Amino acid sequence: MIRTAMKMLMGDRLKYTGLLLGIAFAALLIVQQASILVGLAHQTGSFIRDTGVADLWVMDDQVRFSQDSLPISDNTLLRVRGISGVDWAVPMYQGFLKSRLPDGTRKVVILVGIDDATLIGGPPGMVTGSLKDLRIDKAVIVKDDELETKFKMKRGGDRGLRVGDVMSINDQDAVIVGTYSAEKSFFWEPVVYTTYTRGLQYAPRERKLMNYVMVKLKPGTDLEEARAQIEKATGLRARTGDEFEQITADYILNETGILVNFGLAVFLGFVVGTLVAGQMLYNFTLDNLRYYGTLKAMGAGNMKLVGMVLAQAMVVAVLGYGLGLGAGSYLGKLVGDAGLAFRMPWQVPVFAGLAIVVCCLIAALISIRRVIQLEPAVVFRS
Amino acid sequence: MVTSSATAGTMNGQGATRKLAVHCKSVTKTYGAGGAKVTALRGIDLDIATGELMMLVGPSGCGKTTLISVIAGILDRDAGECTVFGVDFNTMSASAKTKFRGSNVGFVFQAFNLIPTLTAAENVAVPLMILGEGRSAAVKKGKEMLEKVGLGERYKSLPSQLSGGQQQRVAIARALVHEPRLIVCDEPTSALDHETGHVIMRLLKNVALKDDRALVIVTHDARIFGFADRIAKLDDGEVKSIQTPEEMNIGVAK
Repeated sequence: MIRTAMKMLMGDRLKYTGLLLGIAFAALLIVQQASILVGLAHQTGSFIRDTGVADLWVMDDQVRFSQDSLPISDNTLLRVRGISGVDWAVPMYQGFLKSRLPDGTRKVVILVGIDDATLIGGPPGMVTGSLKDLRIDKAVIVKDDELETKFKMKRGGDRGLRVGDVMSINDQDAVIVGTYSAEKSFFWEPVVYTTYTRGLQYAPRERKLMNYVMVKLKPGTDLEEARAQIEKATGLRARTGDEFEQITADYILNETGILVNFGLAVFLGFVVGTLVAGQMLYNFTLDNLRYYGTLKAMGAGNMKLVGMVLAQAMVVAVLGYGLGLGAGSYLGKLVGDAGLAFRMPWQVPVFAGLAIVVCCLIAALISIRRVIQLEPAVVFRS
Repeated sequence: MVTSSATAGTMNGQGATRKLAVHCKSVTKTYGAGGAKVTALRGIDLDIATGELMMLVGPSGCGKTTLISVIAGILDRDAGECTVFGVDFNTMSASAKTKFRGSNVGFVFQAFNLIPTLTAAENVAVPLMILGEGRSAAVKKGKEMLEKVGLGERYKSLPSQLSGGQQQRVAIARALVHEPRLIVCDEPTSALDHETGHVIMRLLKNVALKDDRALVIVTHDARIFGFADRIAKLDDGEVKSIQTPEEMNIGVAK
C-alpha cells in the first residue's frame, strides 16, 4: 500500500511539485537563515583565529569582544613573563583610529600593533610583501581583498589603495608595505597591522595603551594552573582563544539583536514551513478523501491509511528538504563567494532536517485526523 | 406492508436451495438528534440469498443508500437484526468489521471511485493489496480480472484514459478480484448511457453473480430493472414491496 500511496502522491505532478517546492522553500529558509546566523557568529571570532598562536589571551576583565580595546597596564607583560610555565608573552595594541587615504577619503581603521621583535600576532598569511617589512619606517600592512573595496579611493582616481601608497593614521604617515590575507571579519572597519611600538605612536595619548598580552605556554604546562597564576599575578582575565571567541560571539549575538533577528527568521522558516506543508498536505489529503474513504470501505484499516499518509508526508519531507538544502547550499556558495557570512556546519542540515520532518509530521497529523474520522459510508455519496 | 413473492430458500424460480447471504429484520437507522432527527430506515425486513441479484429501488431519500451501507457494514444500524453470511456487524470490533469487509464485500460505486493516479490493473489490485498480497502478484491478478471484464488490453491505462463504461468495468473487476461473497453496487449505471448501462449489467449478472455470491444493487434506473432477480421497493425508510421483474411486468433482461 505504500507504493500505492506514493503513486497517489506523485501521480498529480502539479500538486506534487507544488508540495515539494513549498517544503523546499521552508527548508531553504531554515538552512539559509541558520547558516547566516552561524556564519555571522563565526565571523565575530575571525580576528582571534587569525592570531591563533597564543594559548592564552590576557585582557581586562571587562572586555566584551575582540575589538573591545580596554587598556591594561604595561607591567602586565613583565608579570606574565615572570610566571613559570610561560614560554613567551607578547603585547598587542588594538584601537579604532581615524585615517585618511591619499585622496583625502576618511576612514576609521582598527590598528593592530604586534610585537616588534617577534611579529607574533600578525595575520595568518601575506599576499604581497613580507611581515618583516613592518620593520620599515612607518610601515603598515592592509588586507589584500580590501584594497579595492574598503580602501577604494572615490575622491580621486577612483582606484584602490596600492602597496607604496602613503595614508595617514591619526595624522601621521603610514606607508603600505604589503598586503595580507585573513578570514572575513564581522566588523566593517578594516584591520591595519603595524608593530606594537609604532601602534602606540599612532594611537592618541593615553595612560595605558596595551590591550592584550598573548601568552604561549611551555610544553607540558597545565593550562588551568598557568591561567590561575596569570590571573592572580595580574588581576586580569586570561582566556583561551576558543573562550575568547565564545565571549565575543555571545556579546555580539546577544547585544546587537542578531541572534533574536536571525533566530526569529529561522523560527519563521519553521512556522512558514509548517503552515505551507500543513496546508498543502492537508489539501492533498482532502482532495484524496474520497479515495481514502473507498479504501476504508474496501477493508483498509485506519493504521494502513495512517501509514499511507505518513509515508507521503515523510517522502515529501525528505525530498523537499533535499531540494531546499541543495538550493540553500548553492545560495550559500553564491553568498560566500560574495564574501558574506554563510557557514553550514553539519548541525545546520541536521537541525533543518529535523525541523522539516517535524513540520511535515505536524501537517500529516492534521491530515491523519481527517482520515481517521472519515466515515466509509461517505463513498456512497455522489 | 411488505409483499414478497419469494423466500431466501428458493430463488429465481429454479427451485434450488440457496444460502442466506443477507438477513435484515426490523432494521432501523436514525441520523441526527432532537429537532434535526431523521429516520432513514424504519424496520426494514429483507433477506437476500446467494446467487441472487437484488435491486433496491425507490425515490431519493427513501433509505436505499443507508440500507446498502448497513448491509455492507460501513454504517451501524440502531436497532433490529442484520447479518451477512451469518455475521452480525454490530457485534464486531471496528477492525474486525473492516477485515471482514475487506475479505467478503466488493463495492461498485456510481462515480467509480478509481484512484486517478493508478493504472487500471493497479486499481483492480487494490483490494488484494489491502488483504496483504504482494504488489506484483496483486497487479498480475488485476490484469487477469481485467481480461474477464473485457479490458485486458487496457490494463496500463489510467482512469482518465478510459470511457465511463470502461471505468465502471474496471470498478467491477476491482469488486470481484478478491472473490468476495457479497457485492454491493450503488447506482452502477446512472452515469452511463443506456447501451453501456446494459453492458455493465450483463457483466454484473453473468460474470459477477455466482451461486455462492449475492449482489445488491441500489438504483433508480428503471431501464435495468429487468436484470434483477427481485426488486425491493423502498419508500420513507420502509420496504414497500419485494417483487420479481415478471411480477412487475418488466421483461427479464439477460
